[in-house]
Amino acid sequence: MTPRAPDVPSPARNLVHVMLSPTDTTQRSATISVLVDNESGVLARVIGLFSGRGYNIDSLTVAPVDAGGLHSRINVVTSGTSMVIEQIKAQLDRLVPVHRVADLTMDGPHVARELALVKVIGTGEQRVEAMRIADTFRARVVDTTLGSFVFELTGNVEKIDAFIELMRDLGLAEVSRSGIAALARGTRVI
Amino acid sequence: MSAELTQSGAEILLRALKDQGVEVIFGYPGGAVLPIYDALFNQNAIRHILVRQEGGAVHAAEGYARSTGKVGVVLVTSGPGATNAVTGLVDALMDSIPIVCLTGQVPTHLIGNDAFQEADTTGITRPATKHNYLVKRAEDLARVVHEAFYVARSGRPGPVVIDLPKDIVINPAPYAEPAAQHPSYRPRTEPDLGQIAKAVALMKQAKRPMIYAGGGVINSGPEASAALTKLTRLTGFPITNTLMGLGCYPASDPQFLGMLGMHGTYEANLAMHDCDVLLAVGARFDDRVTGRLNAFSQGSQKIHIDIDGSSINKNVPVEVPIMADAGKALNALLAAWQASDDPVDKPALASWWREIDGWKAKDSLKFTQDMKRGGIIKPQYAIQRLFEITRARGKEVFITTEVGQHQMWAAQHFHFEQPNHWMTSGGLGTMGYGLPAAMGVQIAHPDACVIDIAGEASILMNIQEMGTLAQYRLPVKVFILNNQYMGMVRQWQELLHGSRYSETYSAALPDFVKLADAFHATGMRAQSVDQLDDVINAMLDCPTAVIADIAVDQAENCFPMIPSGAAHNEMLLGPEHEASGAGITDAGLALV
Repeated sequence: MTPRAPDVPSPARNLVHVMLSPTDTTQRSATISVLVDNESGVLARVIGLFSGRGYNIDSLTVAPVDAGGLHSRINVVTSGTSMVIEQIKAQLDRLVPVHRVADLTMDGPHVARELALVKVIGTGEQRVEAMRIADTFRARVVDTTLGSFVFELTGNVEKIDAFIELMRDLGLAEVSRSGIAALARGTRVI
Repeated sequence: MSAELTQSGAEILLRALKDQGVEVIFGYPGGAVLPIYDALFNQNAIRHILVRQEGGAVHAAEGYARSTGKVGVVLVTSGPGATNAVTGLVDALMDSIPIVCLTGQVPTHLIGNDAFQEADTTGITRPATKHNYLVKRAEDLARVVHEAFYVARSGRPGPVVIDLPKDIVINPAPYAEPAAQHPSYRPRTEPDLGQIAKAVALMKQAKRPMIYAGGGVINSGPEASAALTKLTRLTGFPITNTLMGLGCYPASDPQFLGMLGMHGTYEANLAMHDCDVLLAVGARFDDRVTGRLNAFSQGSQKIHIDIDGSSINKNVPVEVPIMADAGKALNALLAAWQASDDPVDKPALASWWREIDGWKAKDSLKFTQDMKRGGIIKPQYAIQRLFEITRARGKEVFITTEVGQHQMWAAQHFHFEQPNHWMTSGGLGTMGYGLPAAMGVQIAHPDACVIDIAGEASILMNIQEMGTLAQYRLPVKVFILNNQYMGMVRQWQELLHGSRYSETYSAALPDFVKLADAFHATGMRAQSVDQLDDVINAMLDCPTAVIADIAVDQAENCFPMIPSGAAHNEMLLGPEHEASGAGITDAGLALV
């Protein structure tokens, strides 16, 4: 799953040839992956673009993804009308350190996974029940005391939401979520 | 550092600038850039123009860049030097002007320590530039300089900042030649020929076509203007220009309908409103052009050529997007048009022109000048005479402006036959732009006539640059339309806020004739219409810089006008319309 070498010429971004409608106010969610130079300021540039232009960030992850640490992949989940999403992609695409922009939601099927650490504090029956549900969700216990668990859970966003929801009545104390990592299914790469 | 490194970072910096073809730098020294100034002192290849405030340096570089097509270069110190430059950087960003701005920075080991004259320049300028760099390693210096020039001038041009810590410019650094290509930034310039074919098919079928061309045509170079002119004449289509595009099509041509938008002509705006095929080239459908978006050119199919993909489908959805360099796309359109056997609907085009001629007959830019001795000068008349007299003299003329009514009147009444001769702050609307920009133009074109058409309020925002004019003996002419008001704001107060002129009267104005004198320039004044021509002639004859203070009608408003939130067919044509407050809605009032 190595990204294409950076010296492959960037294909011209596909402009939308379907007609966009400014009156279409339907909001959609988009998972966008961006391959960028791993240099200081690049994350600030991407985040600044979103805040400066009033776009939403629902989730954001970033980490180097190649052996040399030269490139990072940013996965951002955003939402907006089709016109806004197209605008976000075009704005990202013209940033100087950006190599590629892929709209995983539009370009075909993709997998998206998130990791969550969930701390549950409780004793007695509550504690047993939390453990039982964690089993069902295939969550791992990564820390425990006599009065607490830290569960590690990966999966899609809905699964993690559901688990956290169930833990609410069982002593949910703290949650740390990674934001989603995503890849296109099949042979497609960014 | 190896022993062969014999040149300091500052010397390497200048070498890279020289290799990029830099001849002039506009700048202002300070602690963090002392080593660079020391290196400048020891060479003759690059000329340094000392401005009086860093903001002036950026506008001067913009004027230089816009009148030459080259990258403008700025050198300022850390902290306040960099923050003063920010307005100019945003101005260049909005108007797509290629600038490389070198900012000093505290030494790398002090960054983040709140050192003297430290500012987070890359943080502050990130949204103010196309791209910026902080050079932290000597070995990156030369590469970053070359890359900055490439980024500034490629694709949609823009300003690039290079933040240079003092130790980086003091310590030895290696040189590097420009890279063959940039690893990630390679904007597409060639048009998709399938899209070109679609565009031509659409244009051939058009019954009411319209061409709308903007600053992108000028940025693409004179060949793009030539291709646009050829295509327009070949097709017989009417054409309008944005404020930024003026000069990309000859204004004297009968197919030219004048500028469009908020203060555009009646015929340009109505043709935009009623056309059935719209060819937009290097223009970005901004709010001053479109008026109310949901009423903008509703019946047209749109072709949009832009080198910046994010400008396409941003405000107005288009049927045929063409992401390409304007010149290349226009030449492709030209070739495809000539190769196509599809017929043109000539009768429809003729009837469209009859309709347009009907709108032209309204003469929406008309004004009435009292020609009696002592008559008050209408600002439009002052510009009309300036245009006529300079044209009659035949010398090459460059016009810059400040921002406000005078700017719109200049756009309406001064006519441009060629690109790169009109420099105005369009996107950001920066008062104080015109004088330093004129300075930069005059540096690039020492023998040309460079005129800053100004307002008395705007000119005071960068008046200190009169000192630069004196130092370098730059014969820039500052032509002030003095109505003693911040005229455009006063106009909006009159039209939208019940004539409550809150803080728009310029009380205690300086005596501009004496002010000119104090800055070693020549001051002159026209109080009434009979004095106007003499003052213009004296100004143009004067070998020094001039401030010509033209007292104009204080009550004059800039028409035609599409009020904020109104549509192209809801224009106010003149004072007779304004009393009705026609077209101004509460929603419009909330817009800028």
